[in-house]
Amino acid sequence: MSEEKKLTVSTSPFLHDKATTPWIMYQVVFSLIPIIGAAYYFFGLGAMAVLFFSVAGCFFIEQLFSKSFFSGDKIKDGSALITGLLLGLTLPPGFPLWMAFLGGIVAIGMGKLIWGGLGMNVFNPALVGRAFLQAAFPTAITTWSPPDGRYFSFRGTNIGYPFFQADNVDGITTATPLSKMKFDHVFANWQDLFFGNTGGSLGETCGILFLLAGIYLIARKIIHWRIPVAIILTVVIFSGIFWLIDPAKYPSPVFMLFSGGLMLGTIFMATDLVTSPITPKGAWIYAIGIGIFIVLIRLWGGLPEGVMYAILLMNAATPLLNILVKVKPFGYKK
Amino acid sequence: MNSTLTFRHGIHPEEYKELSEHCRVERMPFVEEYILPLAQHLGAPSKPLVQKGNKVKRGQKIAAANGFVSVALHSPVDGTVTGISLAENPNGQMVQSIIIKADPFSTQQLTPSIPKSYEEMNVKEFIASVQDAGIVGLGGAAFPAHVKFSIPEGKTCRYIMLNGCECEPFLTSDHRTMVEYPDDVMDGIRILQHFLKAEKIFIGIEANKPDAINILHEKAKNSGLPVEVIPLKVKYPQGAEKMMINAIIAKEVPSGKLPLDIEALVTNISSIAAISQWFRKGQPLIERIVTVTGTAVKRPANILVPFGTPMRDVVELCGGITSEAARILLGGPMMGMVQKSLDIPVVKGTSGILILTSDEVKDLSQYTCIRCGRCLEACPMYLNPSLLGMLAKKGLWEEMETNHILDCFECGCCSYVCPSGIPLVQSFRVGKSIIREHNAREKEKEKV
Repeated sequence: MSEEKKLTVSTSPFLHDKATTPWIMYQVVFSLIPIIGAAYYFFGLGAMAVLFFSVAGCFFIEQLFSKSFFSGDKIKDGSALITGLLLGLTLPPGFPLWMAFLGGIVAIGMGKLIWGGLGMNVFNPALVGRAFLQAAFPTAITTWSPPDGRYFSFRGTNIGYPFFQADNVDGITTATPLSKMKFDHVFANWQDLFFGNTGGSLGETCGILFLLAGIYLIARKIIHWRIPVAIILTVVIFSGIFWLIDPAKYPSPVFMLFSGGLMLGTIFMATDLVTSPITPKGAWIYAIGIGIFIVLIRLWGGLPEGVMYAILLMNAATPLLNILVKVKPFGYKK
Repeated sequence: MNSTLTFRHGIHPEEYKELSEHCRVERMPFVEEYILPLAQHLGAPSKPLVQKGNKVKRGQKIAAANGFVSVALHSPVDGTVTGISLAENPNGQMVQSIIIKADPFSTQQLTPSIPKSYEEMNVKEFIASVQDAGIVGLGGAAFPAHVKFSIPEGKTCRYIMLNGCECEPFLTSDHRTMVEYPDDVMDGIRILQHFLKAEKIFIGIEANKPDAINILHEKAKNSGLPVEVIPLKVKYPQGAEKMMINAIIAKEVPSGKLPLDIEALVTNISSIAAISQWFRKGQPLIERIVTVTGTAVKRPANILVPFGTPMRDVVELCGGITSEAARILLGGPMMGMVQKSLDIPVVKGTSGILILTSDEVKDLSQYTCIRCGRCLEACPMYLNPSLLGMLAKKGLWEEMETNHILDCFECGCCSYVCPSGIPLVQSFRVGKSIIREHNAREKEKEKV
């Protein structure tokens, strides 16, 4: 050894787990790839364009508030990419692209940056973006097209100048299984829900892929099983009670699980690390709350779907749960 | 054998034990000069008994215990005292040290002064004898062994637990002790049991040391003592006192209390072997097994090093360090202390010299906390490091105290798992010392 060699003096520990924040974020992105593939398979190019523009909106605003706009330094951690993809997956395939871009800007800008950036936000950014779009463009966000695999062409409604909504030249729209359930009392069969052959947002049609993604994320310890399992159990038990009372009026628990955005919300949004409680007990309370709100809104609310509001409502409770629900330290009596 | 016993939480860092776990213990050749700090143990530094120019013998007492929480110090070589002066200690402080120049013509045979047979001693004499032998806990903290063995009035010791976990990655010195000196270990247990009369004696060993488990299991069977070898799950920090008790008898040591409050006594396994060496051969604590390891060491090894030997000589015996060396540590990578040079002596608490490359100690980019909860899942004390880290950042020390920061024993699991690279345990060390200082000052005020 050369005597002059410089050694660094720091304090222990000197080893570190391989999981870093960007690594965790990109694991989530990887788990979304099959779901994005399914979105392309069912809804074609328009779906990809919606995803691209919502991600672009997220990247744009994230970079705008970094030190240097062109450096790309702030988007490297992968969190803006996730927000953009998740927001895109909650939108219908024929959604106007400029609205998707605007949604991305609101998602990161209002959902994350004004709170102080990554780790400081109270609400899930993707859902903030979607809540904004739902309020601002209620017609566009509920105009569903059937899965028709338009692999190489946009839908007419995709292309509109900013602040205009293009005409629906295709003329075909469809209802989602949830709105059929709510307004016509028609229940889709579970195979269609499970494998994705229904109308709906990009990421709410193919139940099985979400189950697989969830298993992958739990196995890689990116998310904990607590929150998804608790939401699913709550929804099954709570909606199951009504289904047993009157199966003609109320949907079955399986229908509840695989219709709408429940799987997307349960696996990817309710488990958002930043906006869910940090203690195990807090996470149970949070997840059960989400499950109850989902069933309440779906069965009795004015809207067909309630996952978004259910998660946002419980996001709001998270800071309080973090303060109130503590872990019992080692060596203390209960 | 049941190897699933463990505590909850904790982490699984890569072990790196293969570098040195099968290396037989070698003896360090004698060097020219020995630096012996007077404070090699927790508690008051020893009082020197020699002066500059004195001739000393190997094994001769050169400093006496200075109070109850203090132990004696012995010369590791035949030689001459060349001075008593300040020298740098592995903990970074300058401490009074006795410098001995080795006699180049000596055979360096031990000059034993064998204590009287332990069977003829009472507990008080035994405690005094252990203190006189300079025996401390060899796990790393160097807490005087006799203090641990003194059972206060009204307390009982139902379980003796011998800690052979060695859960820190890289380190293998306890492992080699158990494999190569099992008779010393069993004999030490017999001596300790003669005085403490525990109901049950457990030897806790992590399941990654099957050879040590088998050897001690065989010896325990034939010993006639109530000894049981308990294989424990490989997990860090399994060797922490409270975690090992929790794994073996499923009890929690109450916060702020000692293991004896739940009738348990935990001691490092190598310290037990040292007791046997004292009572049988009259050899006080003058040397220990040091693991020299790390990917930046040419030839990792386990070496029996006399105290006071400069680290540089020990590392050179192992072929020196490669050019990729980036960090020199004393102890393991999770709790060890970083050193700025090798010009410091091996002391009683030196369990290993670990030299890491820059690949292994990557500087992490730091992100803000994403509240992933990994630190909560890792903390063996069930604290909330995420919350404590935020309080530390804001300097809210009092709130840290109400959130039980003083229960943190700085194992470093939280920093290990934090994906955002936040120096959690590092900030807790600062917080704890500020709180302790503040509390001490308050006490002073109350007195006045």
